Amino acid sequence: MIGIDGLVDQTRGLDRQDLDRWIANDWIRPDQDRGCYMFRDIDVARVHLIRELRDELGINEDALPIVLLLLDQLYDLRRHFRKLASDRAVRPWRLD
Amino acid sequence: MKDPYETLGVTRNSSADDIQRAYHKLAKLHHPDLNPGNAAAEDRFKAIAAANELLSDPETRGKFDRGEIDAGGQERASQPSYRDFADGEPGRRYSRSGAGARDWNSENLHDIFGSMFEEQNSSRRASGRDQLYALDIAFLDAVNGATRRLTLTGGAGFDVKIPVGTEEGKVLRLRGKGDPGRNGGAVGDVLIEIHITPHGFFQREGQNLRLDLPVTFSEAVLGAQVEVPTPTGPVRMRIPPRSDTGSRLRLRGRGVPAHGDLPAGDLFATLRIVLGPVDDGLDAFLKGWAPDHPVNPRHALEQLS
Repeated sequence: MIGIDGLVDQTRGLDRQDLDRWIANDWIRPDQDRGCYMFRDIDVARVHLIRELRDELGINEDALPIVLLLLDQLYDLRRHFRKLASDRAVRPWRLD
Repeated sequence: MKDPYETLGVTRNSSADDIQRAYHKLAKLHHPDLNPGNAAAEDRFKAIAAANELLSDPETRGKFDRGEIDAGGQERASQPSYRDFADGEPGRRYSRSGAGARDWNSENLHDIFGSMFEEQNSSRRASGRDQLYALDIAFLDAVNGATRRLTLTGGAGFDVKIPVGTEEGKVLRLRGKGDPGRNGGAVGDVLIEIHITPHGFFQREGQNLRLDLPVTFSEAVLGAQVEVPTPTGPVRMRIPPRSDTGSRLRLRGRGVPAHGDLPAGDLFATLRIVLGPVDDGLDAFLKGWAPDHPVNPRHALEQLS
C-alpha cells in the first residue's frame, strides 16, 4: 500500500493531475482511508499500464476507456476460466 | 541479443520518427497485457522495448552505432506487469461483472463456460466421467495402511482402503464409482490422489524410515536400553557403550511393513546427544578431568578452510 504522494514521487514522469483524473474517471480505484487515497500493488501496476498505453503505444485518453473495458473483461474471463478448471480438478472430501 | 535495428525492422539510416513509428506498431501487437498467457509475445515485447530504449535515445544510439555498447547495453528494468495481478484474485478489483454492467455478469460467464464442460445432449453411447479427488492422510496411515470412510459432496459414501506403504502423490482408483454412463455406457471411476502429512519425527526413504533419537550424555558413553517409537509401537533398543552423536543404529524390519514384492524396511535411529541442564557434579568433574587422547572435533573444518 502506498499513498498518492509516495506514488507520484516514486514514478518518474507521473503527473499528479493525470492521476487525479484517472481516479475521477474510475480507471484507477484506490482504497480511501480517512480521505486519503491508498494504492495497492495492482493499482500501481494499473497506473503503469495506463501510462504505457497512453504514452508509449499512443492510445489517447478518449480511446482508453474502451481498451480498459476490453482488458478487464478479458481478465474476468481468464480468472473465471481458471476457477472452473480448478473446481473440476479437485473436489473436497467430507470425512466421517 | 539481436541487433536492435533488426528487432524493430528499421535500418541504420532510419530517422528517429521512423524508429518511433516502428516501435509503436510492434508494441501494440505484442504488449503482454494485451496478450495474456502468450510467452512468445512477452519475449518479443521485451526485445522490442529494449531495442526502442536503446535506439530512441540519440546518445545511446550513437554509442551503439560506434560499437561502444552492445545490443544489451540498455536492458529495461522489469517491474511486475499488470497481468501478474489481474490474472489472480487481486484482479477482482477491476472486475466488470459487478453492478452497472448489464449483460456481463458471472452467471453469464458460467453459462458460456459451464456448457463447454457439460456433455452434449445426444443419443451417443458414452462412458461416465471420472471424478478426481485429493485426500490428505496421516504419515503412519500411509506406512501401515488404513481404511477410511469417505463421503462425496454428492452424499454417496464408501470405504477407501489405503494400502500399506502408500507413497506421496499415488492415485487410487475406485472403479465404477464415478459419473454414470449414458445410453448404456460404462460408469466412470473415482480417482483419489493421496497427499501425506509429514510426521513429527519419522522420515521415509523408500521402505526405510529414519528418526533422530535424543540420548543423554551418560546413555551415549555408558550404553543403555532405551525405548524407541516405531510405526507399530515402541520397542526396546540397546545403545552400545561409547556411542556418539551421529551414530546410526538399525532396527531390522521396523520400517515400512512388507507389501507386494517388497520386504519390510528397517528403521534407522541417528543418535543425538542432548546435554540438558548441567549440575555442579558434572561441572566439577569436567574441570578436574584431562582426557587421555584430546580430540579436535573441528579438525575437518580446519582442513577445508
